[in-house]
Amino acid sequence: MSGALSRLPRPALALFCLAALLCLGRFILPDGLMRLPEPLILPFARWINTAFAFLRDDLGLMVVTRAISDAVEFCLDVTANLLYGKSRWPMLGPIPWVVIAATMGMAGYVLAGWRLALLSAGTFVWIAVMGQWKWAMETLSVIVVAAPFSVLLGILAGTLAWRFRRVERVMNPILNIAQSLPHFAYMIPVVVFIGVGPKAGAIVTIIFSVPPMIRMTLLGLRAVPPEIIESGKMSGTTKWQLMRSVRIPAARTELLIGINQVIMQSLAMVVLASFIGMPGLGQKLLNLLQSLKIGLSVEIGITIVLLAVVLDRLSKAWALKQPEHLTAGASWMVRNRHLLIWLGLCAAGFALAALHPYFAVVERKQALTLAGPIDAGVDGFIRLVTPLTDWLRWFLITWVLIPLRDGFLWLPFSAVLAFLAGLGWLVGGARSALICLAFILPIALSGWWDRAMITVYTVTVAVVIALLIGLPLGVWAAGRPARASRFILICDTLQTFPSFIYLIPVVMLFGVNDVAVIAAVMVFATVPILRFTIEGLRGVPAETIEAAAMSGAGPRQVLWHVKLPLAVPTLVIGANQSIMFALFMVIIAAFIGTQDLGQEMQRALSSTDVGKGLVLGFAVAFMGLMADHLLLTWAAGRRKKLGAAQSAA
Amino acid sequence: MAQDKSVISCKNVWKVFGDHPAQLAGRLGPDTTMEELRASGHIAAVRNVSLDIARGEMLVVMGLSGSGKSTLIRCLARLIDITSGAITVEGRDLGAMTETELIDLRRRKMGMVFQSFGLLPHRTALENVAFPLEMRGQDRISRIARASEMLNLVGLGGREGYFPRELSGGQQQRVGIARSLAVEPDIWFLDEPFSALDPLIRREMQDEFLRLKAMMAKTIVFITHDFDEALRLADRIAIMKDGAVEQIDTPERIVMAPATPYVAKFTSAVDRARVVHAGALALPVSGRSVEGTALPATETLHTLARRILQDDRPMIPVSGADGRISGVIDRAAALDLLLGPAA
Ligand SMILES: Nc1ncnc2c1ncn2[C@@H]1O[C@H](COP(=O)(O)OP(=O)(O)O)[C@@H](O)[C@H]1O
Ligand SMILES: [Mg+2]
Repeated sequence: MSGALSRLPRPALALFCLAALLCLGRFILPDGLMRLPEPLILPFARWINTAFAFLRDDLGLMVVTRAISDAVEFCLDVTANLLYGKSRWPMLGPIPWVVIAATMGMAGYVLAGWRLALLSAGTFVWIAVMGQWKWAMETLSVIVVAAPFSVLLGILAGTLAWRFRRVERVMNPILNIAQSLPHFAYMIPVVVFIGVGPKAGAIVTIIFSVPPMIRMTLLGLRAVPPEIIESGKMSGTTKWQLMRSVRIPAARTELLIGINQVIMQSLAMVVLASFIGMPGLGQKLLNLLQSLKIGLSVEIGITIVLLAVVLDRLSKAWALKQPEHLTAGASWMVRNRHLLIWLGLCAAGFALAALHPYFAVVERKQALTLAGPIDAGVDGFIRLVTPLTDWLRWFLITWVLIPLRDGFLWLPFSAVLAFLAGLGWLVGGARSALICLAFILPIALSGWWDRAMITVYTVTVAVVIALLIGLPLGVWAAGRPARASRFILICDTLQTFPSFIYLIPVVMLFGVNDVAVIAAVMVFATVPILRFTIEGLRGVPAETIEAAAMSGAGPRQVLWHVKLPLAVPTLVIGANQSIMFALFMVIIAAFIGTQDLGQEMQRALSSTDVGKGLVLGFAVAFMGLMADHLLLTWAAGRRKKLGAAQSAA
Repeated sequence: MAQDKSVISCKNVWKVFGDHPAQLAGRLGPDTTMEELRASGHIAAVRNVSLDIARGEMLVVMGLSGSGKSTLIRCLARLIDITSGAITVEGRDLGAMTETELIDLRRRKMGMVFQSFGLLPHRTALENVAFPLEMRGQDRISRIARASEMLNLVGLGGREGYFPRELSGGQQQRVGIARSLAVEPDIWFLDEPFSALDPLIRREMQDEFLRLKAMMAKTIVFITHDFDEALRLADRIAIMKDGAVEQIDTPERIVMAPATPYVAKFTSAVDRARVVHAGALALPVSGRSVEGTALPATETLHTLARRILQDDRPMIPVSGADGRISGVIDRAAALDLLLGPAA
């Protein structure tokens, strides 16, 4: 132990000692070292509010945002009319649901064959038959408008960043922060500028889903092989021709993966936008959950999950689809057979809808519902597990959660700063120590220290439990290749679900309280750990394992001494993602009752207090970025060591 | 090489990679050393290269990997700008051309084949070949006609609708060749066109290349690091080392009269008999008796091996292209070359 201690870098050791001393001496510490004294707290929120007021009123940015939002609203009205018959121009809708289901099925068939065709057509039949058509279309109409906007904006910004190094250098940190800001932080400024409702929902969705598109555009344009560009130049392309006919098509896969991410982000956001008055599936789910109508929420939950899976599979299939040649001399009919089949299906659908109105719009009273049986089943199940969940709840709250929370709150903030700086020094020297301080100090300065510590505590507990579950499960799953693939598929599917969905089962089991929040965060955070554990173990080179086996190591020894150490860098990436997910989830879960930053964020949202909302948002983002920095720096160093060891061997 | 006949001409061309190559431009001279450059964080990929390529000539550039071959050819096509020196193409200063002039030059005069093919993955073979024609605004009908013609020429008729990923390596390179020839360029650049292919396919593609070359009169710059390939194809060979051209000469002279120890070492493994022509070994007749059949001066010793072995005259006459006796070769010297020096 003392050997391990003395191997620590001196400054890190000193900082840890300082942290320990500050904790021990907390009874004689001046108050100023316990919590930042009041006069030192900086009124960030007021500054931001002033800046926003200036932007909005004096700079007249309101006019600009109104103009943009009017354009978005126009598009929204068109899709709303077509998809669910809102009485707006062009007054053609609603398109009968059978036609839309057939179209989606056809898209599935063209992109990936029969199975996806059945899944996607089936999803839309389910939505119609269950009487959720209007809500689902409200949700989809926003995605249909927001996703193309995001994609265009993303390609534009990504191209600029690719073209001008300086733009990239400015954009990168902004993207890092943007991708770690919780969803709600985006909503408050939008509410200030646009108000509430579908228009605001669409705009917040657009903003939220742009960053991945920017990144994928940049990545794709960078990854075009130089020989392809040179061959383009030698073909006599102008700069513009080179961009349009060579670079962008050659970056096709990355751009389409960007589109996939945009769609999934849009879905996650549009469901959450129910908090700012966006109608649709999200709002239904929110209302039903709040009134604890489990059966109906499960129905909506199934719809959201199905939509997520279908949208993800369709857009991924599109990204991965490779062009294939047609047989030479194929006739026009053969070459356009998909178009013809689709037109035929649409015609049949319209005819069916004309024959019987059920095939155009399923009325409320014609809808099926599974709520009765689900409720009965759930009730039975709950009655069965109640003794267990009640005990678990009691145990966790009294023996784990409250003591831990009090412990986190008991820590002097100066000790936390010293400890984190020491941790930073340990992984990356003075630079990392300073980076950690730069992330954590503003949180102290903002005056939200206690709330932030509660968030930290929730996330810590949830991630630790997630590790305890995810690691062994991952090790077990990675034991057999087939099992590993199956688990990876499950994890990938779970990750496409909008985070909101995870609240349904925990509310069902634990009701509305702290334990439910932790359970939701924990489930959400387990998925990446599980996934990366499997990936990490699978990624260990077969030769290394064989060499260990030839040295006489048993399976257990191979696992402990070979596989796990080599998998650690990948595991750390999983843990990192898990922390990010947990931070997002803890904020979303706030509406079922927490006392952390999330709850304050909800308050800021309902009082449209931009300054407060953004300060809280940045606090969350900074915590995430600090964890990200610590873990990734450590993993990089570790990987370098492993690489050096491997190349030396 | 006469200046007026040359299509491409390089004068003291330098290409330096690094932090601030522009600052170096004025100071680069024939005796700037690698060490000097390296000290300031630069790498000279092309070092003080001067050469002329005549119309219709095929120059093969050889050297180890990293010796600057690709960089040189990219300078000739101005895919990268040179640091100092001058390159003229058909008498015009390449470096002084505007963007439009350069594009025009590439659209009418230059074609290039790449080591890893550089095909556009989202276009069919036909569309890839038609791409340069499309870029210069040729109409659809005529460019499709021309592209099919080119695909037929390289033996890919019937594969027009295939995408690059559906073709084998050799077939992809055929598409690359067809594309580079679609605009009927006068100057043809090939950067290790066959080194990504299997040895068998490579041989087949070399034959294909020789067939195409015989059909058209083009100025060709061909890069390879395979000496056998160079010997099969070249009019002249330039050998590069660390960015500089060590020797530029006919294959025969490269082998028989290496200019530097490096070239000598580089060519030491070459089977001389396959390179040296009977004419190169010929001594003046100077009064010796020259009766009987003569060996043709333009054939390599390798092709003549059987005849030399069976001929027991110590001095065998050699006849030039016009059929007249141009000299005699020493049979013992020829046998040394064929079989290695007698023990
Ligand atoms: N874009 C570049 N930036 C920096 N160095 C380069 C670049 N391209 C080539 N080089 C360097 O120039 C030298 C010559 O490279 P290259 O012309 O590709 O050699 P070859 O084609 O003969 O293998 C190498 O040392 C290579 O590392
Ligand atoms: Mg090269």
